[in-house]
Formats: sequence, C-alpha cells, structure tokens
Amino acid sequence: MDRSFTAWWRSGTPWIWLNAAAVAASLAMVIGLLGLIAYNGLGHFWPHPVWEFSYRAADGSGVQHLIGELSDSEVTSVERMRHAGAQLPENIGEDLERYLLKTGNRDVSGLDFRWILQPLILERHRPPDLVVFERTEWGNFYGFLKNLKQGGKVVSEGDAAWRELQARLDYVDQVRAQIKEIEKDRIGEINYRIEQLRLDQRRLELEGRDTPQRLAQIEQQRAGLQARFRELQKELDAKYQEISGDSVTMTAMGEQEVEVPVARIVRAYRPNDMSAWQKAGFYLAKLWEFVSAEPREANTEGGIFPAIFGTVIMVMLMSVMVTPFGVVAAVYLREYAKQGPLTRLIRIAVNNLAGVPSIVYGVFGLGFFVYFLGGNIDQLFYPEALPAPTFGTPGLLWASLTLALLTLPVVIVATEEGLARIPSSIREGSLALGATKAETLWRTVLPMASPAMMTGLILAVARAAGEVAPLMLVGVVKLAPSLPLDGNPPFVHLDRKFMHLGFHIYDVGFQSPNVEAARPLVYATALLLVVVILVLNLAAISIRNHLRERYRELEQ
Amino acid sequence: MNKNSVQPVAGGSYQDSRHFRRRLWRDRLSRYAVAAGGNGVIVAILLILIYLLYVVLPLGKSPEMWQEASYRLPTEAPVLYLAMEEQAEVGLALERGGQVRFFSTHDGRTLDEVRLPLPDGVTIDSFSAARPDSGVLALGLSNGQALVFKAEYRVSYPDDKRVITPAIVYPLGETPVVVDPRGLPLQRLAVQAAESYTLAGWSDDGTLSLLRAAASESLLAEEGSFEFEHSSAQTNVQSPRALLLDPAQRDLYVVGKDGTLGWYELDGDEMRLHEQIRTTPAGVGVAAAQLLAGGTSILVAADDGRISQWFSVRGEAGLRHLKMIRDFKAPKNVTALAPEFSRKGFLVADGSGGVGVYHATAHQLLMHQPVADSGIAQLAVGPRSHALLALDRDGTLHFWRVVNEHPEVSWEALWSKVWYEGYDEPAYIWQSSSADNTFEPKFSLTPLTFGTLKAAFYAMLFAIPLAILGAIFTAYFMAPKMRQVVKPSIEIMEAMPTVILGFLAGLWLAPLVESHLSGIFLVFLLLPLVVLLAAYGWHRLPGSLRQRVPDGWEAALLIPVLALAVWAALAVSSPLEHWLFGGDLPHWLDTHGVGFDQRNSLVVGMAMGFAVIPTIFSIAEDAIFAVPKHLTNGSLALGATPWQTLLRVVLLTASPGLFSAVMMGVGRAVGETMIVLMATGNTPVMDMSIFQGMRTLSANIAVEMPESEVDSTHYRVLFLAALVLFLFTFLFNTGAELIRQRLRGKYSSL
Repeated sequence: MDRSFTAWWRSGTPWIWLNAAAVAASLAMVIGLLGLIAYNGLGHFWPHPVWEFSYRAADGSGVQHLIGELSDSEVTSVERMRHAGAQLPENIGEDLERYLLKTGNRDVSGLDFRWILQPLILERHRPPDLVVFERTEWGNFYGFLKNLKQGGKVVSEGDAAWRELQARLDYVDQVRAQIKEIEKDRIGEINYRIEQLRLDQRRLELEGRDTPQRLAQIEQQRAGLQARFRELQKELDAKYQEISGDSVTMTAMGEQEVEVPVARIVRAYRPNDMSAWQKAGFYLAKLWEFVSAEPREANTEGGIFPAIFGTVIMVMLMSVMVTPFGVVAAVYLREYAKQGPLTRLIRIAVNNLAGVPSIVYGVFGLGFFVYFLGGNIDQLFYPEALPAPTFGTPGLLWASLTLALLTLPVVIVATEEGLARIPSSIREGSLALGATKAETLWRTVLPMASPAMMTGLILAVARAAGEVAPLMLVGVVKLAPSLPLDGNPPFVHLDRKFMHLGFHIYDVGFQSPNVEAARPLVYATALLLVVVILVLNLAAISIRNHLRERYRELEQ
Repeated sequence: MNKNSVQPVAGGSYQDSRHFRRRLWRDRLSRYAVAAGGNGVIVAILLILIYLLYVVLPLGKSPEMWQEASYRLPTEAPVLYLAMEEQAEVGLALERGGQVRFFSTHDGRTLDEVRLPLPDGVTIDSFSAARPDSGVLALGLSNGQALVFKAEYRVSYPDDKRVITPAIVYPLGETPVVVDPRGLPLQRLAVQAAESYTLAGWSDDGTLSLLRAAASESLLAEEGSFEFEHSSAQTNVQSPRALLLDPAQRDLYVVGKDGTLGWYELDGDEMRLHEQIRTTPAGVGVAAAQLLAGGTSILVAADDGRISQWFSVRGEAGLRHLKMIRDFKAPKNVTALAPEFSRKGFLVADGSGGVGVYHATAHQLLMHQPVADSGIAQLAVGPRSHALLALDRDGTLHFWRVVNEHPEVSWEALWSKVWYEGYDEPAYIWQSSSADNTFEPKFSLTPLTFGTLKAAFYAMLFAIPLAILGAIFTAYFMAPKMRQVVKPSIEIMEAMPTVILGFLAGLWLAPLVESHLSGIFLVFLLLPLVVLLAAYGWHRLPGSLRQRVPDGWEAALLIPVLALAVWAALAVSSPLEHWLFGGDLPHWLDTHGVGFDQRNSLVVGMAMGFAVIPTIFSIAEDAIFAVPKHLTNGSLALGATPWQTLLRVVLLTASPGLFSAVMMGVGRAVGETMIVLMATGNTPVMDMSIFQGMRTLSANIAVEMPESEVDSTHYRVLFLAALVLFLFTFLFNTGAELIRQRLRGKYSSL
C-alpha cells in the first residue's frame, strides 16, 4: 500500500475522516450535554464546604472577611478585570482565576453572590463550627452560632446551643406541618365552599329563584363556615405563637450579630463538620425534598412537586384525549378509507402537522379553545361567575386539549405504521373464517397493533412533557395557588391553572429576580425532565424494536 | 384489501340469522363510527388553518359605514363646531351666536341648550378645540379676549339604563380671558389644555398673541385660580387658515391660506420662529389643516387634491426641521379634516358630500363614501371612531355608523419601511404597545421575519455540515455494531425539550462564548485541521497497530481527539486575545464598531443547530442507507474507491433525500420558540451580524400573545404571524415529504 501523502490525499480517505469527525462531534455534544446537566443537576444537593476568606477588596477599600460557598470559578484575563475597575497588584501575569462566592445573608448584605479574584485572597480556611441555615425567606444564612434565646433570654450558648437548636427545629418542623395542614387543607376547603355559596346565590339570582328561604339557607351555611373559619384562625394563631418565641443569635460575615428566628429556619447544618455518611444522608434528604416539597422563595428554593404533579396530570388528560382519536383516525386511514391520491394527501398533511411549530398550536388553543369555546361555555354554564371567567381563561383542560391536538399526528403516524406492518395474510385469514371486517379489526388487527399504539402514545407523552411554548399561552403559570386535584368536589379542577416542569425551567432560569441562586435548581429540574423524556423515548424505541421482531417472525 | 364484503359461511344453517344480522349491523356501525371519527380528526386538523384565517381575515376588511339618521337641528344659525361624546349618543353643536346645543344623535332632539356667557356687544371671531379627548373648546372674541369652556358628560345608570347628562363648565372661569392685551379681534385661535392652559391668537395686523395660564401654586390663592402670562410675536404668514398648538404646548404652527407654514417654538412665555416653509406648490392654497392624534403630525389639505403629512425630523446638524412624510390623494374641494381621537387615522369631508376614511401610518385611503347630497360644512368623528356626524350646506345633519377596526394594517405597514412619527427616516420597526394611547403602533413583520430567517440561517450553518457529513459516515462507512448505538442516540436528541437547550444556551453557553470568543472561532477553524492531521498520523502508524481497530470505528477514535482540540482551543483563547485583541475580544469588537451582544446569533446558531441536527441526520441517514446495495457494489467492483463511489453514486442517488432533510431542518428551525426566546435578547433588530441577537416570529408570539387584547389589531397581527409560520413550515415540510416519496418510488424501481 502506498503510504505517501499525495496518494493518501487522493484516495479520499481524509474526507472520510472528516465525515467521521462530524458524527463524532455530534455524539460528543450529546454526551457532553447530558453530562453537563447531570453534573450540575446532581451536584447541587451535596453539602458543599463553606469557606472563610480574608480578602483584600477589589476597590482598594481594605481587608474583608467573607464567608460563603464556592459556586463557580473561571479563568479570565487581568485586562478584562481592570476594565471592570478592579485594583490588582502588578506582575500577576495575564490571566487570573476568579470565584463566584455564594455569601447568602441576603437580608443583611443585600446581595448573595459576589465574584472574588484569586490574587486578592490573603488566606482561607474551613471552620468546622460554621453553620448554614436554609430559611423560609431571604435564602441561605452563613455564620457562627453564638447563643439560643427563648423569649429574648439566652438559654444556651456554644455547642450546647447547637444541640438544643436541633431539638427545637424538629419541634418547629412538626408545628409547621400542622400549620400547613390547617392553612392549605382546612381553611382552603372553607374558602372554596364559601366561594361556591356565593356562586350558588348568584345563580339563584340570575335564574330568578332567589326566594327568601333559599337565601336564608345559604346565609346560614355561610355563617357556619365563617364561624368554623374563625375557630381555625384562632388555632392557627396559637400555633404561630407557639413557635415564634425562639431565636438564635448568629455572628455573620464581618463580625455582625444577627438574630434569626427559629421559626424561619428550615434546615440547619454544619457542612465542614459532616462525615461522608452524614453528607450522603443530607443529600438524600435534599433530593427527597426536591421532588416532594413545594417551592419556596419565588421558586428558587425548595421542591418542584407542584410542577411534577401538574405535568403528570396534564399529560394524563392529554393521553386520554389523544389516544382514541389518534387510533380511530389511523384505523380509518389505513383500513377503511379508499386508498387514493386524497388519502395520500391527507397522510402527508397529517405527517407534516407534526412539523408545524408548537407555538402555532398555542395560538390556536388560546384563540379557539380558551376565548371561543371557553368564553361560550362560561356564557352557557357559568353565568354566575361572570365577569370572572371560569373556562374562558387558560387552564388545565385547554392545555391538555391543545397538546392533544399537537401530539395527534404522532399517535396517528405510529399507529398507522403498526397497522401497515401487520401482514395482510392475518386479515385475510380472519375474513376467510367468516369474521366480519369489524370483528377482524377488533379481535385481530387492533390487538396486534396495540404495541404500536403504545409506542405512539409514549412518543406523544414524551413530546407533551417537554413542550413549553404552547403551554405558556394556554394554562401554565409560574406559581399555582392550588393543585388541580384536591379534596373539594368535583376533585379534578379542569379550569385551574397549573405548574409545569418545562415552564418552571424557563421561568426560574429567566424570569426569576435571583437567577444565580436559582440556577442549580434549574439544572436539577432539567435533569429530571431529561431523564423522564429519555426513559419514555427509550421505552418507545424498545417496544417498537420488539414489535418488529415479532412481525418478522410472523411473516416467515 | 378494503373490498371484503362479508359472506355467510358456506353450508352453515341460517337459524342464527338474528345473530348474523346483529354481526352485520355491528360491522356497519363500526364502519360508520370509524369513518366519522377519522373524518372528524381530519376536520379538526383543518380547523387550525381555518380558525387562523378566520381571525386574520378581518385585518384586510375595508371599513363599513351606514346611515343611522338624518335630521335638521331646530335652528338656522351657522354651526362652528360639531362633536360627540364617547358613546356617540349625544352630539354637540356650537352655533355662531354663542349657543351650545346638545342633541341626541339618533333623532336630533335637543337635550340641552346653553348660552355661553359672552360680554355684551362682542362677536365670536374664531374658534378652537384642544386635543379632542380633553373636550376643551375656546372662542376668540372681537375684543381680544377668549372664552374657554369644556363639555362634560356624566354617565349614570338609573334603572340599569345608561343616561348621559351633558353640561358645560368653565375651567378658567366664566369671564373671558385676555389673549391680546391690545384688544384687537382674535381672527384665529388655538387652545390646548392639560394642567396648564395655553391660548394663541392671531389678529389681522400680523400679531401672534400667546397666553399661558398655569394653576396658582401659591398657598394663599383660591383653589382653581390661575396665573396668566402674556407674550406676543409678529408673523409674516399671510391670512392663516389655522393656528395649531401641540398638546404638549411647546409648538405652535401657523398655516397660511397660501401654503406657508410658520413653526413657532414656545419656551416658557417666549415665542420664537423656528422655521418657515411652504407646504404646497406655488399657487396652490390650503383648504384645511389639523394635527393628527398625539399632536406630532400636521395634516395639510391642499386645493389641488393632496393631503400631506408633516412632522419634524432631525437634520444633519442635529437641528429639527419639518419634513413632508407622505401624501394622500384626496378630492380637490376638501372642506373639513377630522382626525380620529386615539389612532393615526383621519376623515376627510369634501364639497360634494363625500367622506374619505384614511390612515396615516398605513398610508391608505380605506374607503370613500358619499354621505350627503350637498357639500359638507362640518364633520365630527366619534371618540371611539365608530360614528361620524356630518353637517351639509343645507343644514341637514347626517349621523353615520362606522366600523373600522383595523385601519393601521396594510401590506405596506406590515412589510415595507414606514416613516413613523419621531423617527428620522423610514424604518422596519416592530413595537406593538406603549402606555400612551395616542401611541403609533408599529406592526412591521419584516424585522421579525428577518430575525426568524437569520436564526434559521445560523442554525443551519452549524447543523448542515455536522448532520449531513455525520449521516454519510454513519450510513455508508460506519461499522454496523457502532451504527446500532450511534443512530438512536443522536435521533433521541430530537425529543430533547428545547426549553433545556434554551436554558443552557442562555445561561451556560452565552457567558462561555463571551469569555472565550476567540477560542470558539478557533474551534471551528482548528477542528478540521486537527482531524486531518490525526487521520494522517493514523495513516502513518504501523499496520499492526492500525489493524487492531476494525474499519468503521474511526468516529470512536476521534472523540478524544476532538475533546482535546476543543480544550486546547479554549485554553489558548485567553493568550490569543491578549496577543491580538488587548485581552478582551468583545470589548475590542465594540471599540471597532461591531456591537457585541452576549446573547447573540452565534449562541442561537449553536443551540438551535444542535436541536435540528437529529432531524436532518435521521432523514439524511435513512436516504443514504436506502441506496440499493447493488449500485454501490457495482461501482466498487468496477474499481472505484469507496470515496468515489460515495460521491458519484450514493450521494447522487440520495441527493433528493438530503435536500428534503435540509428542508425539514429549516422547517424546524423556523418554528423553534424556546431556544430563541431564551438565547437571544429578543430585540427586533435588522442586522445580519453574528454578534447581534434577533427577535423571531415565534418568540414574539410567545412574549406578546398573553398580554394582547382579544380581537385587537395587535392580536390579529400576532395570529397573522402564526399563520405565516404555519404556512411556511407546512409548505416546506410538504415539499420535503413529496421529494422523499418520489425518492422512495425511484429506489423501488431500481
């Protein structure tokens, strides 16, 4: 073989290698992307060490004490930093490293992230007794525990205070759970029923049936509910009173003393003093909180349970709507319709609808479903609530319907493919044995095509779960006050707005006031979404492959 | 296969005929049910297109108007001014003698008559109305004074019926205020009212007098008392047709009957001639002049049948000067101009009884309608532009309903450069909303379409080489075992939620690109070279080593090479920037006149390119893989190298498939919403620069649709944008699909 350069060049092999590079690059990007999301999403929950720095301020104003977690670092040019106004020592080369420090304590210092430049760090260490609080508001708090107070009096100090705090936090947790139960479930239910009574009354008025007896009846029920409400309110006040007395005194960054009420603390830990096992336990607890708890602080902390729940219920509703229609359309196109240019045209049109931008479906959903259908439903069935719209506003039902329309082509195409793969010998056999066409269809063809339908449905679900643009128009909100499913009849509230994983990513990542603090949570949400969608797609692919094998056997 | 009719089993007994009939009935039922369902679904899909059209079509509808009533007012006095209140139920006619008559617009019945408190022996010489929504009117008197009054309408609902009670109030008091201290008759008058009042008068010795009335700030003063300031200037505009004062009370325009226009700047109580121009050709006079809603534009109706629109633009020296923006064809005998209250439309009445409906921004005559048999003397348009009142020369009033929902949209307004108020030149601008209700909406879809195509262009620039070359290798050279893994793993990325790609592009990639800009460009340059080098190096390796890796696994070998090259390129990025660009490339670009936006087309191109790679890859790979093996085998058997076979046989045969793959990719890139929404700054600029962002049709819909008022022009234009997207992608995809089907036919015949 000639190994000279020209021969090699002429043989075309370099071009083949370039082609190989293209596929390698695509593959590398896929792997890199998944890795990036996984790394950032999974790493967030691990307790990171908290550092204490002695730092010469970049504006030359002296030496500062900084406490915080390192959340990012990058290499940048000295020139660029000088452009930005940093006072740097001479002769430190062309590049420097800078760290993004999460200093927390937003209520004390105003901002909770800052960049620090490596050459200006004088000294750093990890004090084991540094305490991190996760709070119900104002984000994390970093500092040293000084003492624990009860009703303004110091109860314990130092290490004893730390142990005491743990016990109190457990108690506060319990009370907080009770408070939540009262506020959300019981008071929520009363509010819901009072609203229903108002609507009942209005309906009677509109229909001219507002006889004094009925009105009195309603009034009586309302008075009962309001009495119950006052009772609960009292109970609630007592609970709040119970936990409001305790507070801890903390020494924050810059020797500042800060009083933190215990009732505001969600979790307290000393990351520098944890063993690997403790860290693992902490990790799991945080992970569980992420998938099971409600969001706090404008969605930047806490969990994403309502978003998961909203996504799931929306997808389920959509599946219920899209499957029968998609299957019927596919059966019609493949089994009943006359195969000709028209059917071919329809098939192409259906195929291409899958390529129509999803935002177009959103626009259609908003105009047709929400404003047209919803508006008319309100006129006909909910006149008592007007001018406040019931169905004439974006909500769960319309979102599901819009996505059902959006995923219809997916189901049709997959089902049709399944039907086409069934050998005609099977149909002919069934017909030859005297079965009618309907019987052949129901007893033979459809059962055999069911895995194909399943594939279509799974692909539809995967598409729907990841779709955001149309949902922004037809029913998704950043923070829904209540889940679309609860204990108040009619239990499923199709008119409610809901939260959604994909929109959560967009909203928290781009609309949130504190993007930096929210970013890890967005990565975690993205990871969850990617995993769900990849698993669904892999399931669809494996079902499809399995199916192909089976038919291949049948044909032989 | 669909022609199978059901036959009973031969030889079977017919005692089961009831059962058999039921089976037949069920068969028929399911046939109808399935047909109905199937057709229903197809109709539902069609419904999307129909509904989009249904919402968009009213944009192109011409206005309609019809006569509601026609009557005479119970007076013979000439009418100076006509107006209507908000609901167009009550009309106002100001008569020459100083009488204000409120009448029902439906039948002319007088509701109320008010005699204005004019001093004895004084006649009304001129009249002016402030911006129409303020309702403030002023009369110029023969003693140099002016009476300012205001029509007010109180709405009450006794017995759930709307009752409108008109009244006249005098914001500056019932005694006329002195405008010209010398006491000469005010031949022309202009008034504007806000917190303070400004009146300008012209008397026939060529003097302009100005009166400023500001509410007293002194604590001792009574509530509602005013402080007055006078000033005056000479004008050489001969016999003005109109004095026009802008609502901000800063500019006074004196429009002469001969077509001269004097622009006076009012600064405090000073009045200065800023510019004097001609608005008409020599010898052509001016029939009427008015300010358009908002008071920025002046409309001048000339005797020769042209109405021209003027506003001030910044000239070369930074000095503002009046410029003719556009003109409209109109009848030669214009008698009145009536601007709409909150839109840039205006109505033109003529001496033959016709009314024309125009819109300035859209630059169009929407309709022309004969309203009266004789010439029209006065014309009023309702505040909501849904009614008009015309008084003809015979003294008959004609009340017409007008339905004119979307005058601001025309082909020109949507797609061409338009010269908007306040801009120095015509431009393509999308700016749909503002707090001010006299705001001129700018509905140019051109920058959005441009942004869409720009985003798609950069995405394709990134995606096509990777996807097509990758598909060639995967389908033609790759080892089957590896292909089984590679193909699905790239294809599955099609299901990747684009919101995640957008998030990464905006928050991870964009900062990375900004800080390693030169490195990113280096990657694109370096990678092919590194690959070729690596390939040659591999070629020079001893055969024993090479044989360890079977054919078709080159791609796997290259992954570490590529990773290393990318890392190296990014690592040298900073030194490179030091060496060539002073350490900060974005800064360097800015100082060299290339604007750098952190969320720019480069980022969008990479992110969206990544999103469309699976689409293109999958279809292209299928097309290449489906090329019949006997073709390639034949070519190879004749001595062609694999590369020659690929170029001359495989690609040639598969080229329609590749083309359709690219079309599908474009279709997807054009409609993609979340990535562009998150990875660009969403500013609708028309700039092809790779360092600038864009706003696309889809992102624009996502941003603006939720806040758009139902059935407003904005709402319909957004639907139009959706329709454009729908048709564009639908046509592209159908084209691609047809090509693919033809290709399939070709293969099967081979």
